[in-house]
Amino acid sequence: MFTAQNYVRVQSLEEAWSLNQKKSNRILGGGCWLRLGRQRIGTLIDLSDLGLGTIRREGDTLLLGAMVTLRQLETSALLQECYGSFFPRMVESIVGVQFRNCATLGGSVAGRFGFSDLLTGLLAVDSQVCLVKGGVMPLARYLSLPPSRDVVAEIRLPASGWKASYQSFRNTHTDLPVLTCAVARKDGEAAFQVSVGARPARAVLLTDVTRETLACRLDQLSYGSNMRAGEAYRRHLAPVLAARAIEELEVKQG
Amino acid sequence: MSRYVTAPVRKKDAMSLVTGMPVYTGDLVPAGALRVKLLRSPHARALVEAVDTAAACRVPGVVAVYTWKDVPTTRFTTAGQTYPEASPYDRLILDRIIRCVGDPVAIVAAETDQAAEKALRLIRVTYQVQEPLLDFTKAKDNPILVHPEENFRSLCDVGADAKRNLCSVDLFSMGEVEEELAACDVVVERTYHTKANSQAMMETFRTYAYLDEYNRLTVVSSTQVPFHVRRILATALEMKKSQIRVIKPRIGGGFGAKQSAVSEVFPAFVTKMTGRPAYLAYTRKESMTNGSPRHQMEVTVRIGATREGEIRAIDLHALSNAGAYGDHGPTTIGLTGHKSLSLYGRWKAARFSSEVVYTNTMGGGAYRGYGATQGIFAVECAVSELAARLGMDPTVLREKNMVREGQQMPTYYDEPCSSCTLDRCMEKAKEMIRWDDKYPRRFLPNGHIRSVGVAMAMQGSGISGVDIASVEIRLNDDGFYTLLVGCTDMGTGCDTILAQMAADCLDCSMEEIAVRGVDTDQSPYDTGSYASSTTYVTGMAVVKTCRVLREKILEQGASMLGVEKARAEFDGKRVFVPGGPEVSLSQIGYASYEGHGRCLSASESHSSPVSPPPFMVGAVEIDLDPLTGQVEVVDYAAAVDCGTVINTNLARVQTEGGIVQGIGMALFEDVQYSPQGRMLNDSFLQYKIPTRLEAGNIQVAFVSSYEATGPFGAKSIGELVINTPAPAIVDAIYNATGHWFSTLPVRAETIAMTLAEDK
Amino acid sequence: MTITVTLNGQKRTSEVAPDLTLYEYLRREGCFSVKCGCETSNCGLCTVHLDGKPVLSCSVLAVRADGRQVTTLEGLRPQAEELGGYLADEGAEQCGFCSPGFLMNVLAMEQELADPTEKEIQRYLAGNLCRCSGYQGQLRAVRRYLAARKEGRQ
Repeated sequence: MFTAQNYVRVQSLEEAWSLNQKKSNRILGGGCWLRLGRQRIGTLIDLSDLGLGTIRREGDTLLLGAMVTLRQLETSALLQECYGSFFPRMVESIVGVQFRNCATLGGSVAGRFGFSDLLTGLLAVDSQVCLVKGGVMPLARYLSLPPSRDVVAEIRLPASGWKASYQSFRNTHTDLPVLTCAVARKDGEAAFQVSVGARPARAVLLTDVTRETLACRLDQLSYGSNMRAGEAYRRHLAPVLAARAIEELEVKQG
Repeated sequence: MSRYVTAPVRKKDAMSLVTGMPVYTGDLVPAGALRVKLLRSPHARALVEAVDTAAACRVPGVVAVYTWKDVPTTRFTTAGQTYPEASPYDRLILDRIIRCVGDPVAIVAAETDQAAEKALRLIRVTYQVQEPLLDFTKAKDNPILVHPEENFRSLCDVGADAKRNLCSVDLFSMGEVEEELAACDVVVERTYHTKANSQAMMETFRTYAYLDEYNRLTVVSSTQVPFHVRRILATALEMKKSQIRVIKPRIGGGFGAKQSAVSEVFPAFVTKMTGRPAYLAYTRKESMTNGSPRHQMEVTVRIGATREGEIRAIDLHALSNAGAYGDHGPTTIGLTGHKSLSLYGRWKAARFSSEVVYTNTMGGGAYRGYGATQGIFAVECAVSELAARLGMDPTVLREKNMVREGQQMPTYYDEPCSSCTLDRCMEKAKEMIRWDDKYPRRFLPNGHIRSVGVAMAMQGSGISGVDIASVEIRLNDDGFYTLLVGCTDMGTGCDTILAQMAADCLDCSMEEIAVRGVDTDQSPYDTGSYASSTTYVTGMAVVKTCRVLREKILEQGASMLGVEKARAEFDGKRVFVPGGPEVSLSQIGYASYEGHGRCLSASESHSSPVSPPPFMVGAVEIDLDPLTGQVEVVDYAAAVDCGTVINTNLARVQTEGGIVQGIGMALFEDVQYSPQGRMLNDSFLQYKIPTRLEAGNIQVAFVSSYEATGPFGAKSIGELVINTPAPAIVDAIYNATGHWFSTLPVRAETIAMTLAEDK
Repeated sequence: MTITVTLNGQKRTSEVAPDLTLYEYLRREGCFSVKCGCETSNCGLCTVHLDGKPVLSCSVLAVRADGRQVTTLEGLRPQAEELGGYLADEGAEQCGFCSPGFLMNVLAMEQELADPTEKEIQRYLAGNLCRCSGYQGQLRAVRRYLAARKEGRQ
């Protein structure tokens, strides 16, 4: 278990950013993963008072606050309307309802976990990360940068024009995934975007994928081994999950 | 008359449990108790050269830090077994020699958890790190010795030889195995591997200790074996047994884990040294890495049959990994042979040889099934493979060869098979799973394969001639009873089922029986709740005690009526002369409390010369995804012969719970070590026990025999039920894929990659 | 730090460390029904309601409960007896150690899902581990409880 000396419920994103510049301070997400570490934390920075717990639509963009819980993503009528079962499928296998009522979107994104279902799904639909100082950038770019002390405030993604589906394989239903895969396609386009996560390394995005190039593109990705599975099995699973996701997508798009 | 026995009676403590009353060890810790924490070794094998505790001792709130220099030097075992234990005396509270990752190096006692944790971080240990012995197949006669100490002691002749890393060896043989195998038309030979599964009871190991008003050491602990704990503590702490008292409150699950005194010695030692109350709760991680898991085994089976399917010979060899300490090592291995071979009754020859070896992995212990699970997994898988090789339905091969009621069981201590409906269990399980429609497989439109598999199992009912149970029943004023027991309800409901038996024997209602367990100062002796003994052994003690108490009540009532005892009758409410005068039980109760009366109580003990096996058949239907290798249990049919079912609800839930633990063992629970011997999946995040989404649908049917030596005809159920899932699922996976998987758990990865190679 | 929590309907002000978990806080406040079965946010034994929603009290910091409503089984005695009675009638409580967290999540489910299917029930409760019962008796109890409640409403 970690220790912390102070706790501040910040009143502005600016305040959060300032406090977070100190190395020993940490933004408090849901707390579910934080407690697994043994860090000596100076100040815990809580964003709870900043109104970041909402899912909104502004024009053609969905705005997901950093403090939105995984359970909110699962049950949001707005997300259901825009993406069907995509979001519920992404998060429904994460431990349990109680866990998902705690864990936050911002924590998942800033945590950059390799096993993240959420990063896999968000990548596929061209999500953008809104940082306090760093501005708005594509999630793929955010993940390619080294970890910074900036603060994730919001995630943005298109509200319409996309269809997406999600697949994961887990050794048990609520375990961390062995492999995750999301497939998305813009309406009217032929090519897919495919993201693959839990390889076990962090999710990566493949763009402009066709059925013909799918197997080859997936095979070019790097896979690794950990306690949950070996490299060869992950390589074997990737096209299986991708094919299933595509099949589901095509059913959705008719 | 039977009003409660065979009924689905609510557990007596149910409502306090479901409403969250503070009834567990951790809820009862006295205010001001010191918090005890252990510094554990990161190395699998090392010598502790020095421990610098100065900085730790300076932490505000730290009361004491103990190292190997401070503890007694008498070796002991933490295995909760009848003295003299078969498990070698191979432990100290803290040892200079480190034998596995997590071996305790120092004990910290502090006013708060935070102070204790801070102190742990400040202790500086100098280790002389040595190469560990991690591969149990290379342990025997390895130059690395796990127990080089001179005062290693084995109290029983189990073949322990620390100079060869042997914890025990055994061999028994009947008939000419090699000749018979040579004469068989088909012989299957295969080696099976099982892992060191963790019991994963929800309440981790925990204990607190204090000195009572008589200055005696009182230990409150989540244990299945309070009386053994008293003895173990006396040995470990070099104290007189008379100075120790052990109390068991409600237990948050045991499954055998708490048949070892895992946590007790540490807070007891702290209290002995400081005079202050002290509490230690193991973390989940500690429970996983330094608990008392199932023994990892490698079991080789050779089994032969005639073309017609007559099994003529079985040869079994088991290698068991005791790990760092020998707790339950020499005894679990016996069941591996006895309780697998004895499922079959027509062979001409059988042999079982075994070796239990020490290594630098975590020490083993007792886990539901206790060695039988591993043996049955191996033999039942081999029998299914034999059926496949013979081109026979595996249920048919079993029907031809299974043990039957009335047979003698030469591989089961030559006991008679006095009660057995295994044949009807097979019939029932097949019907429940609709075997004849589903065997062996069918393909679903989504590409998945549905298949079925089967296995049989047995266990014992107590340890014959070793387990002993006593109970006391007192008649109180107003005519209610107190039932004092020394067995340990760990959620299984034995307090309730013993009260059911007593109520039926005494013709009274359950409410008239107050049950009280366990306090070694007050409870009658019982070896404890393990080895599937409580219903069968302690239950019989209840029956006997009630018989004696009834006579005493009758005698007292008759004397109050002024008639001869022979003329009076007792119907549970009153003693009366038919057609004549009567005196109520309440009046008798009051009278027994008066000066000229006699307090009425009875206490009988029971031990059984036999251990009649309960039997069962498990049949499973799985859904297998050939591309991912994922196996889902769709349906599980369990047909169980536990003799008379004392409480239909509790027996059913025992069965369902055991099956799901077995499913975990078969498919998910996969202990993994780093190359240095550290357990990698030491949490519920990494060691995946089944959730309700893995459990499938479980159907349970009881096909009861009547066991004449048991109370109301009962046998045991607790352990039996974990034994069929692994072999039944492996059989089903074969029926789906054509491949035999012999290492547990059978991972989706292994199945998928095997099938991918087929192409 | 000073926090004021409405715990089981009563306002309580206490001094807590920033890193104290809600689980530890609740035990300290005498809510012994709240149990801990792991240290990795995986078992569901510590489930309580925070502003009516089921959360893992081991993963929530006590400071976050400041100004909010926390409910444990101690505050839901009549509901615990009613729902718990169904569990007891199946013998499915067994060791009982996971029962309070399980009951808390079933009660939350009842608030959140109207007329859930068996699959929805199983998914909602998937984060509650139990090693004794094999889950079947828990499911029987929940179905009977929900059916009885539904009948009561009609």
